Amino acid sequence: MAGWAIAVHGGAGVDPNLPAERQEQAKQLLTRVLNLGIDALRSSGSAIDVVELVVRELESDPFFNSGRGSALTENGTVEMEASIMDGAGRRCGAVSGLTTVKNPVSLARLVMDKSPHSYLAFSGAEKFAKQMGVEMVDNDYFITQDNVEMLKLAKEADSIVFDYRIPTVGYETCGTGVESPIQMNGLPISIYAPETVGCVVVDSQGRCAAATSTGGLLNKRMGRIGDSPLIGAGTYACDICAVSCTGEGEAIIRGTLAREVGAVMEYKGLGLQDAVDFVIKERLDDGKAGLIAVSKTGEVSYGFNCVGMFRGCATQNGFMEVGIWD
Amino acid sequence: MVGWAIAVHGGAGVDPNLPTERQELAKQLLTRCLNLGITALRSSVSAIDVVELVVRELETDPIFNSGRGSALTEDGTVEMEASIMDGPGRRCGAVSGVSTVKNPVSLARLVMEKSPHSYLAFSGAEDFAKQMGVEREENGYFVTEDNKGMLKIAQEANSIVFDYRIPTKGFESCGVGVESPIRMNGLPISVYAPETVGCVVVDSQGGCAAATSTGGLMNKRSGRIGDSPLIGAGTYACNICAVSCTGEGEAIIRGTLAREVGAVMEYKGLGLQEAVDFVIKERLDEGQAGLIAVSNTGEVACGFNCVGMFRGCATEDGFMEVAIWE
Repeated sequence: MAGWAIAVHGGAGVDPNLPAERQEQAKQLLTRVLNLGIDALRSSGSAIDVVELVVRELESDPFFNSGRGSALTENGTVEMEASIMDGAGRRCGAVSGLTTVKNPVSLARLVMDKSPHSYLAFSGAEKFAKQMGVEMVDNDYFITQDNVEMLKLAKEADSIVFDYRIPTVGYETCGTGVESPIQMNGLPISIYAPETVGCVVVDSQGRCAAATSTGGLLNKRMGRIGDSPLIGAGTYACDICAVSCTGEGEAIIRGTLAREVGAVMEYKGLGLQDAVDFVIKERLDDGKAGLIAVSKTGEVSYGFNCVGMFRGCATQNGFMEVGIWD
Repeated sequence: MVGWAIAVHGGAGVDPNLPTERQELAKQLLTRCLNLGITALRSSVSAIDVVELVVRELETDPIFNSGRGSALTEDGTVEMEASIMDGPGRRCGAVSGVSTVKNPVSLARLVMEKSPHSYLAFSGAEDFAKQMGVEREENGYFVTEDNKGMLKIAQEANSIVFDYRIPTKGFESCGVGVESPIRMNGLPISVYAPETVGCVVVDSQGGCAAATSTGGLMNKRSGRIGDSPLIGAGTYACNICAVSCTGEGEAIIRGTLAREVGAVMEYKGLGLQEAVDFVIKERLDEGQAGLIAVSNTGEVACGFNCVGMFRGCATEDGFMEVAIWE
């Protein structure tokens, strides 16, 4: 019987000048949620339950860009999305355009388990949430002062946040004052808000599951959907692996990143780490992204081609690691 | 230099009792659209332009379930979605929840080419449509008498339209009067509305493109998103192939059907028809769906595991076929 394994992430593309204190806070949060997952796995929690519970915790904490603490739309509001997938049976659920649902990942799970559909969005999703009686709050609950400031900076930088294009104007007039040649989604890395949280798990029965949740791209248009709720792009789980991605949305969508890991394992016979490396190297072109993955044989791995990814992983044999940089 | 090839579809899962007259009308429309595409290809129009123009024609005609003639939501309104993908460069665009846009596929193309994002939905998509000045109509324009009738029957059948579950009750009290053991998405086939239209093309430069458009599931919840706007599920194009799918949404999403064809060609070395057959056989489990595909070497193929798929295909060497059944 293979051992369990778990990985979590808090987004790819990190400002190399991020203050040490913030780096510490991030690592503490990653450690805390990893331990939550580990406890559940030690009590024989199933993969699908563990990924939901871990992502709920990440959504509730304002630190990363999901649930409370989500990046703000161009209108200063929060629009959240999430998806979840159970490798056993490849069942899935997703939601987009949520504004009052406290834990988007749990609504995605209810879509999977309790609705006749796979993906609900905007007012239809909110209506379903009311019918399901999930915890709902005012949109203000999700908004943090930090993110209000970040939005202001993004607007002052006079840059439109692109999913994949580098702006031809704007950087020269950037008002942030931090010189940084690194850009993600067209924003200087000092302003860019890593876009998601996620968790992948293989439980002691060898079942894999994945979940991803986000507030999305800072300063995005209302109605913009990214990779996080898209099965095969931001999230994927099957009988051999589970994957959650983060980074530039369009790159992940056009690269069908999450599905690709399992596809090369299955069709090319690659092992998990080889598959992760292959996908990061071959499927992103100029895009920048990262991912975490587990295999049904109890392995865990991650990869990213950008500057930093908030992540943590652990396996049943005692391995545990939390990191940000390469 | 390879020859061009084109395929179109009007949905998978067809009532075997469909009146002959309706079958003829469908075949005439497929033939007309095919010829539109063929004329463009003979004038060296690019794949991405051809798929858009053909799907626009299918959306405008009320026969199939897209644009005008879309299936109705449980509220009797129309909520349309579409996606488009350009193989060279794997660029993509998608929209969901559009209710006043005359040609959703064209809005999806504008998302790809003129917006900083890849996927826009609901009021955000409608706002973008206004800004782009695309042709718009009142929601009533898209609603046909036929579909109002179908909605009534679906609601009288007291069946909730499932993406993938078989209803445990309802069929016994079905007021339809046509005995049919065949079901798609939990609806008797006589009531089920095939869900999409699509087009795939490889042009004379070997460039592949795909586009898919739909009104979605009959009697769906408002806010339900299906496979058609999801890159990798309903639509996919890369340098070696282009694919458009149709059928049970959840089966297509969890099977990442459109991406899978290219994945097995690339990673397992299968040819186009083999890849299509493999995917239909292996990735659907109990789901019912179909797809059309072209390869960059000028081949065209289709496959489906349900009763019937409205389709047509043609290649530069003169081959042309329009069909509904096996």
